[in-house]
Amino acid sequence: MIRDTGMARHVIRRLLSLLPTLFMLITVAFFLMRAAPGGPFDSEKLLPPEIEANLEAKYHMDESLLQQYFRYLSQIAVLDFGPSIQYKDWTVNELIGQAMPVSLTIGLSAMVLAFLFGTLFGITAALRQNTRTDYILMGVGMLGISIPNFVIAPILILLLAVYAGWLPAGGWDWSIASMVLPVVTLSLPVTAYIARLTRGSMIEVMHSNFIRSARAKGLPESVVIRRHALRPALAPVISFLGPATAGMISGSVIIERIFSIPGLGSYFVQGALNRDYSLVMGIVIFYGVLIIVLNFLVDLIYAWLNPRVRYDDKN
Amino acid sequence: MQRGTYDFPNLFYPFVLIVVLASLLAACGKDNQEQLVNHKRHAKPVALILDENGRPDPSVLAQAQQLHRDNGQEPQTLDPHLAEGLPSAHILRDLFEGLTSESPDGRIIPGAAIRWNISRDGKTYTFYLRRDAHWSNGDPVTSEDFVYSLRRSADPATASKYAAVLLPIENADEVLNGNLPPDQLGVSAMDEFTLQIRMKGPTPYFLALLNHPSTYPVHRASVEAHGSAFSRPGNLVSNGAYVLSDWIIRSRIELVKNPKYWDAQNVIIDKVVYYPFEDQSTALKRFRAGKLDWTAEVPNNQFKWLQQHYPDELVISPWLGSYFFGFNLEREPFIADPEIRLALVLALDRELLTTKVTQFGELPSFNLVPPGIRDYISPVPEWAEWTQAEREAEARRLYAEAGYSEAHPLKFEIRYTAGENNKKMALAAASLWKQVLGVQATLLNEENRVFLQNRDRKILTQVFQSGWISDYADPYSFLNLFRSGGGRNYYGYNNSLYDALLDEIAAERIPSRRRLLMYETERLLLTDVPFIPLYTYVTKRMVNPLLKGWQSNVMDHHYSKDMYFLKAAADEKPAAASATGDQGQEETLPPENDEAALTGQEAQRLKAADDAAAAGAGPEPGSTAPEDAETADPVEDTENGEPATDTDAGVPTEEKEGIAEPGTAAEAPPADGTSKDASTEDVADDDGTREGTLQ
Repeated sequence: MIRDTGMARHVIRRLLSLLPTLFMLITVAFFLMRAAPGGPFDSEKLLPPEIEANLEAKYHMDESLLQQYFRYLSQIAVLDFGPSIQYKDWTVNELIGQAMPVSLTIGLSAMVLAFLFGTLFGITAALRQNTRTDYILMGVGMLGISIPNFVIAPILILLLAVYAGWLPAGGWDWSIASMVLPVVTLSLPVTAYIARLTRGSMIEVMHSNFIRSARAKGLPESVVIRRHALRPALAPVISFLGPATAGMISGSVIIERIFSIPGLGSYFVQGALNRDYSLVMGIVIFYGVLIIVLNFLVDLIYAWLNPRVRYDDKN
Repeated sequence: MQRGTYDFPNLFYPFVLIVVLASLLAACGKDNQEQLVNHKRHAKPVALILDENGRPDPSVLAQAQQLHRDNGQEPQTLDPHLAEGLPSAHILRDLFEGLTSESPDGRIIPGAAIRWNISRDGKTYTFYLRRDAHWSNGDPVTSEDFVYSLRRSADPATASKYAAVLLPIENADEVLNGNLPPDQLGVSAMDEFTLQIRMKGPTPYFLALLNHPSTYPVHRASVEAHGSAFSRPGNLVSNGAYVLSDWIIRSRIELVKNPKYWDAQNVIIDKVVYYPFEDQSTALKRFRAGKLDWTAEVPNNQFKWLQQHYPDELVISPWLGSYFFGFNLEREPFIADPEIRLALVLALDRELLTTKVTQFGELPSFNLVPPGIRDYISPVPEWAEWTQAEREAEARRLYAEAGYSEAHPLKFEIRYTAGENNKKMALAAASLWKQVLGVQATLLNEENRVFLQNRDRKILTQVFQSGWISDYADPYSFLNLFRSGGGRNYYGYNNSLYDALLDEIAAERIPSRRRLLMYETERLLLTDVPFIPLYTYVTKRMVNPLLKGWQSNVMDHHYSKDMYFLKAAADEKPAAASATGDQGQEETLPPENDEAALTGQEAQRLKAADDAAAAGAGPEPGSTAPEDAETADPVEDTENGEPATDTDAGVPTEEKEGIAEPGTAAEAPPADGTSKDASTEDVADDDGTREGTLQ
């Protein structure tokens, strides 16, 4: 019970600490964006001054920077990220709203895939340490980590889409067929990384004292592994999951480009390159919240997996 | 925590594995049959049979008439008056119809107006609208619609970036300034179907401007009802051959045939889907998988491979755009004498640059205005007729005369921005200058917006990448770039005689005299050498051989309403494919360069150009200027660090061999990752008046 109230207080405190962090993030991003040379209306062709003035007035860019800053703060206080400068027919809220489900779907499925296969391979390799299985799994894993996405993706497209014709060569229509290649490609390096992580910690755990005592008690090996080794062995993987999931949801620009997926990643890059201030700010804030929340969740899961970590203030 | 949780490795993993594999297989199976049909090789069409109206006979048409077009990028808007950029313009041409329209080969034909009168002084245009033209909701298209739309387009509150197109209209500048209300624009409705537009001066290209989306009509009631959301599917009322049926941002934009369009009975394609494929390799793969009929571009480094494997699909044709380098005439060493500038112009072997560096059938250029504009032939400088050896000899003479030598070489910086071709051209030019003249040119790669700012300020630049693609087929659009103090005069060119000639062109309405004036003006420009002509742009794309009805044109405007799919010819008689009728698929491909036949010196230079081309993001070839420290600034670093998405990695080995040496994985364009966006994006930014940052 004591632990529970301590936990609740911890949760609330963590959630409140989100606000100053976000505020800093918004402020820094806002002024950094404006400090970048060039503006959204600079283009190959110099606009006639009267047209440029009309455009600036429309987006309130004729005001002073501080005025703009406070205008922006009061806007996002009501969760209005404003109109996109680049995609004129849409607001930033609509753009993020449309791209987020796509990014979440791809990112989370890839993460689930990577977690399941990564731990499976890692544990298998650890239990068969220094056998052929171990070498093969880790060798393949090393390849997975070192071959970049933008090499694997076109190869997969060519083989499975162009030559075999089994899967679409890009595009996104919410069908499973259109998700398979991007999700698999996105999950490959993470799978490999998790496999190596799991293997390492599993081997370490299997050599620790409490496993030895469990075995000494005469427990069958399968029970030793399932009941005693697995939980501590997964702890380092869990702490890796937070940033990894955030990274996968925020999307790989490369994957999005290659498979032509309307996710968040390309908006970020496009927005930054075109100085679409409102779009970039919206995505920065979204990512900020996402990363903070995920890290927080990971902390909670970590505490749950590893009783030595406690958040109540009494300790 | 319950104990049962720990059981999951035993049952859970195999279960998940099976589920995943099963869904994979299920997904594969479904698509399998459908895709095998048109996988890899596109079918050849049957012979085209035209009826007496020049339209295809129904017997040769394919069953399904659905067109899948790659649009390159997500359009920035479907509001015609805010439109900027090719992706928007392509879709808007299908959705809306201006007063004039274009035939497949690019001639101006009646659109919403069935005929028009131009007053004797060339200043008043009277348009007679079709009485059978309707909006997609059934309302008639009236002259009031055009009055409302042109005023909206010029209204400062609309903040149209492209309202400059309207500037030739009376009072347009004052309306744009906000000094006059929009209803003072020189546009009025004489009656329900007669529209009068008054101009500031004779504007012989005005009819061509009326194809520009900024002059398209919008449906007043729906704009007023929906505000900025009027361009959404369901809200958008249009008067063109198609209506917007679906728009999933950055996935697809679907148009269906507009049954209310006045010429609907001649529209054959009944559904058009536009896809924003930002990555050209992806688009190409989709095309090869038979899922696209039309791509926006093709990957740069696969030209030879495509030429070999897809000769029927690859379409290359000249575009209304020139790529060149500019001199900053306000900064040393290029302030004074045109001779040293001419030396630099002469020293570049354009044949070599287009066949070995850009490699896409670009046309070597010796002047400003690209070919293909009706009734205009550019002046050709005398040295265009010389052999390259003669040009180089003259270049060396001028170089020495200007006081430069091996001990005292000419030094300057070449600025360029993201994009593989820009980099390759800058590298190749620098190495050719070094080889021919001993010039020491430093390369500076700048982020796109930084580059634009620097070029505009004329403080840092010396030699810089430039170019122009025009909205309308009129040489004036190109010549006006060099007007003293003009907004796009990045060159600091200042010649009152030139300005006077430009004014004369603007006031002249007799075509033959105007043509002569333009010829003289361009000749004057060429003698002053404020820029280095390099090549004429080409458009390059993959087109399904069954898709007909379109023709190559310099504007690269292709209306879906003109197109149709022919039936595939049965496999046993491939000869049928040769009779493809009026297809404008002429391929202006460059002749293969036979290196064996070249002299030693030429072969050496070819190699230098190859190196330059192959260097891509890598280190400079030895022959280029070494002091590149500034080039390796963070901008360049991020660019190189950006993983390429356009590599040949996906092309299996046997294909790689087919690709030309300078264009393979070695130079796999890291720049292409995202910086490419910047440049293409910028192209998009400006629609017609986009400049040389393509690729």
